[in-house]
Amino acid sequence: MTGPATPQAPCRPHDRRRPRVCRSVSGWLVAALWLASAGVLHAAKIGDLTEVRWTEQAARFLSMADPAVRHACLGTVLLGVSCGLLGGFLVVRRMALLGDALSHAVLPGVALGFLWNLEKDPLAIFVGALVAGLAGSAVVSWITRTTRLKEDTALGMVLATFFGAGLCLLSMFQRLPTGNKSGIESFLFGQAAALGPGDLQLMGAVTALVVGMLALGYKEFLLVSFDPGFARVLALPTRRLERVLLLLLAFAVVAALQAVGVVLVSAMLIIPAATASLLTDRFHRMLLWSAAIGAVSGLSGAFLSFLGTRLPTGPFMVLSAGVLFGLALLLSPRHGIGPRWIRQRSQRHRVARENTLKAIYQVLESGGFSSEVVPVEALASRRRVDRQAALREVGSLVRAQLATLSDDAVALTPSGWQGACAIVRNHRLWELYLTHAAQIAPDHVHDDAEKIEHVLGEATVRELERRLPRADVDPHGRPIPSVPAADPAMGRRGASATAGDRPVGYGGRS
Amino acid sequence: MTQAGAGSDPAGSAPPLEIHDLTVAYRNKPVLWGVDLAAPAGRLIGIVGPNGAGKSTLIKACMGLLPCASGWVKAFGRPVPESLGRIGYVPQRESVDWDFPVSVMDVVLMGRYGRIGLFRRPSAEDRRIARDCLDQVQMLPFADRQISNLSGGQQQRVFLARALAQESDLYFMDEPFAGVDAATEASIIAILQGLRDRGKTLLVVHHDLPTARDYFDWLLLLNLRVVAFGPTAEVFTPELLQKTYGGRLTLLSEVAEAVQAKAR
Repeated sequence: MTGPATPQAPCRPHDRRRPRVCRSVSGWLVAALWLASAGVLHAAKIGDLTEVRWTEQAARFLSMADPAVRHACLGTVLLGVSCGLLGGFLVVRRMALLGDALSHAVLPGVALGFLWNLEKDPLAIFVGALVAGLAGSAVVSWITRTTRLKEDTALGMVLATFFGAGLCLLSMFQRLPTGNKSGIESFLFGQAAALGPGDLQLMGAVTALVVGMLALGYKEFLLVSFDPGFARVLALPTRRLERVLLLLLAFAVVAALQAVGVVLVSAMLIIPAATASLLTDRFHRMLLWSAAIGAVSGLSGAFLSFLGTRLPTGPFMVLSAGVLFGLALLLSPRHGIGPRWIRQRSQRHRVARENTLKAIYQVLESGGFSSEVVPVEALASRRRVDRQAALREVGSLVRAQLATLSDDAVALTPSGWQGACAIVRNHRLWELYLTHAAQIAPDHVHDDAEKIEHVLGEATVRELERRLPRADVDPHGRPIPSVPAADPAMGRRGASATAGDRPVGYGGRS
Repeated sequence: MTQAGAGSDPAGSAPPLEIHDLTVAYRNKPVLWGVDLAAPAGRLIGIVGPNGAGKSTLIKACMGLLPCASGWVKAFGRPVPESLGRIGYVPQRESVDWDFPVSVMDVVLMGRYGRIGLFRRPSAEDRRIARDCLDQVQMLPFADRQISNLSGGQQQRVFLARALAQESDLYFMDEPFAGVDAATEASIIAILQGLRDRGKTLLVVHHDLPTARDYFDWLLLLNLRVVAFGPTAEVFTPELLQKTYGGRLTLLSEVAEAVQAKAR
């Protein structure tokens, strides 16, 4: 094979003077934008500012005319899938560091495989790296078994020692006449554009093996990962399963080296799997997500590194994976920060509306229900807020069709009246329950009821009614209203708004 | 039973569990000495003893999860590795990671894995049995929950359901009542007694001495060696309990440490 086959004409002089940092920064900007908009059209605008000829490169990449581009795409997808699948196992077994150690431990093997015939023979390097990686993990388990040192310490030591040995060997080979031109340095940070047909065959075989084995033995690998002791009682060949898993991991790491590089391959094991674990609670779905995220990260890494001249692929792949992780952290429906924030916000608003309804009810009650409207001033003084704030609260009720505002006075709609009765009833029932059943002094129960009233579900209210012998007067002597029947869709806005008995308010996450 | 041939043995000729001169050592330090016992069939047997008495160690060694320094264990007259298909296991709740992304149903189905066979998928029948077992422990409504959303008592019942799904004849249970409320404890003991009434043999590690007398037909009093083994009425005596719990067995632990030091 001839050198790294970057399909890029030699750099023009002014190109060469551009600091690399600058180019990678602009590349990173592109990365963020490309991932956000998933289109090159938007990115063109930034191109005008930064004057990089990456628009042409992008066009070349997307046309897929260049075989090197096709090889890079295929290779990075394959590696994303195999690393993503095996990374899923590492993450759920809390063995992330093992991936790191294994990937660094292969470096001396890469160097020795290169020494075999002083050129980048994929098979020789594969075998060398595999042997070194397995030797590394054997040393780890030997240290853990025979000394008092714990596994994380052993992993850290082996990782560093093997990696150091590999670096020494590499720097020696670089002085050899052929060493410098061979592109062996691409093993450190990855160069997807340098993937040859031989590399691809190897990656294809490894990925097929990984997918096949995991599909075949999914149930066994799952049990061995979740509860190895139980697996042994079921007479599963746990030892052999563990070894197969380790071997597959070593295969995947070694096959990925050329494209992502020794230094960062562990990130391609961990980040897609970590992202997937934010998206689902089931292991098989997590593996599928992890493989997909790995493939997408690989592809976008190949694309972004192609935009510049001889940019390493590994860092861009890992950055893409990191961005995807960030998106999942923000947007994942169940565990994401964004959806959680929205849920909490809507709960806060519901609680605020319920408090306003309750205040309106109390003003009406203090007037003996002689009037059907409440002046905004009276509401403001009841809520202990100024006029503006009271108007905002009323506005929120009006938008939810719980009240109407005319001539500076608030009137409740039927569903608003229902909601007001429900929340006051919840409050007073709970006060009654605390004083009766829990024997708490009447002057202690109000604050607690202020919180509980918003989270009581229908079933709990029924239970309270059942347990309280006389549920018509609260401990302070005020009548407990009953909730007028209305069409259930309207009632949903009120206090008994929870489906079944699931409390929603109060920081509870539904 | 599925293994009808072995199961039809008269209880006398092949006891469900027979242990002869079993010694177990951690890092060369013996933690269980010369255990001899033959468990009768169809009994609910409690294993009690102070902390560090080797209760968990004993059942793990019986199932081959720990290497034996000496002695042998037979189940239904055959070496344990050959009769694993008839052995069910409830490990300690802390032995697994409850944040693992699996559902309650997934975990209970694991009890079927030994019967399903290597590299095969669970059948509809396996799922039906798993649902049945979940129903027995009153956890069916939680079948699709992720296991981290369960309370301690619910987790314990999931493990019990998984063991039930194994459809075994001999059960080892490691503290199935740990972290369980009184109501759950009562429902679990009812299930265990139901298994016993169907002729199964159960060995249950138990921490609480006062309830041990009510729960178990037989008791194994353990403190680094077998203090007593027999029907509860015979062995639940002040003298034997004093022997089990009272005072450290100074000599035995000293010798154990000496053995360990010598092996270094």
